[in-house]
Amino acid sequence: MSRRPYIREVSKTGWWLKQPRYIRYMARELTSLFIGIYVLILIAGLHRLSQGQAEYEMFLASAKGPVGLVFAIVALAFAIYHSYTWFEVTPKAMPLMLGKKHLPGAIIVAAHWLGFFVASTLLWLIVGSPV
Amino acid sequence: MTQSRKPIVWGLFAAGGTVAAFILPVLILITCLAVPLGLFPADVLSFEHVSGLLQGLLSKLVVFGVLFLTIWHAAHRMRITAHDFGIRADTLVMLICYGIAAAATLLMLIALLRI
Amino acid sequence: MTERTVELEVLRYDPDKDDAPGFQTYTVPYREDWVVLDAINYVKDELDRTLSYRWSCHMAVCGSCGMMINGEPSLSCHTFLRDCPEKIRIEPLQNFPVERDLVVVMDDFIDKLGSVKPYIVAKEERSVDDGEYLQTPAQLAKFKQYTACINCLLCYSACPQYALNDDFVGPAALALAHRYNLDSRDVGRSAREDVVASNPGIWECSFVGACSEVCPKSVDPAAAIQQTKIASAGDYFMKFLMPWKRK
Repeated sequence: MSRRPYIREVSKTGWWLKQPRYIRYMARELTSLFIGIYVLILIAGLHRLSQGQAEYEMFLASAKGPVGLVFAIVALAFAIYHSYTWFEVTPKAMPLMLGKKHLPGAIIVAAHWLGFFVASTLLWLIVGSPV
Repeated sequence: MTQSRKPIVWGLFAAGGTVAAFILPVLILITCLAVPLGLFPADVLSFEHVSGLLQGLLSKLVVFGVLFLTIWHAAHRMRITAHDFGIRADTLVMLICYGIAAAATLLMLIALLRI
Repeated sequence: MTERTVELEVLRYDPDKDDAPGFQTYTVPYREDWVVLDAINYVKDELDRTLSYRWSCHMAVCGSCGMMINGEPSLSCHTFLRDCPEKIRIEPLQNFPVERDLVVVMDDFIDKLGSVKPYIVAKEERSVDDGEYLQTPAQLAKFKQYTACINCLLCYSACPQYALNDDFVGPAALALAHRYNLDSRDVGRSAREDVVASNPGIWECSFVGACSEVCPKSVDPAAAIQQTKIASAGDYFMKFLMPWKRK
């Protein structure tokens, strides 16, 4: 009797299509694409701002329109998914102990969402304060 | 096996991911959607208002910090995602991802210093 | 009235005869209280004595009976027929070479497990006369969940990073390293670092989390690895900023 172990190959590009949990993982990873593109656009905007009023207003004009709007909505959806998945795993990465019991993950997650709403409100008020 | 140097980029990834999780949705809302949706008057995004907001050293530092960490978070995650999609040329992917992040960082630094 | 039955589609492989694995179908009776392992045992006892597979305790503590059941890494003793569809596809654990039928070659894992020093590395030699270690309930609670690993390898089957790169030390080995790193009786964290904090160690993990989802003992290896990343990154920067500090 001989040993001839058989190796089953896995698709290096399509493995993630095989299970819903892998598809969700890929969606989570792709949040970085939209977040990255958004930050690059924002930095481009800062660059134009530093060049002067005319250049900045040209930038604003080009960022408007249906394409810009669709991208913003998609980016927002991915950004919220990023926040959701990030908060969800925080209790795993940083478990907190109270005596000999672990603090329930739900409390840590809820605290993060609270922080999210506080930070969002603060930023909203700072930027939106009367011109 | 030698000790990895990954902690550096991973540290940036983790810090950037945390910052982005708290700040990015509202940032996108404010900069891209609030005006079209009528939640803010259009002059919130005007040259005067935005330049005004970014005058102080503190605001520049905060903006730099948030965008710096977020772009490096995105760069590292995109590098990993390229690997997940089967792209094996890790060195090339690294150069592209981190290269773009580095260029963006430099551009942002110069822009903020001039505003 | 005909008896209710279930169809098992089993991936067979005979290294002496076959070039590649192929499916063979068996019809077994359905029993309300049967698990997939009972159905496989029925096949071996009544239908086909040549079927090879591992099993032992039949109660999810030995970790022997891991296999792919309808594409999901599962313990066959822990998967009830009543929770499965009428056609059950059974394959050997993914990401391991197939020895024969449902038996996989585990050697890679065994080597990796050994390499993380999964035992107490004590501060100093102790004899039995020194008495037992003292440990508070709180100290035990810190690492207890990571002691539950039964080395069933479901996590390795679920892990896409292990599938893409079998240099990866893997979830169970890293979770066990973490178990000892967190144990108050152990001082071996730096000794394990070479393997754990290497590129094919924790840094190959991208926190897919599939390992924790399939773990039958709720060990949560994904959490173990993320915690190790944070500790390791902390160590790294401490070495940088305070190289004189001894661990």
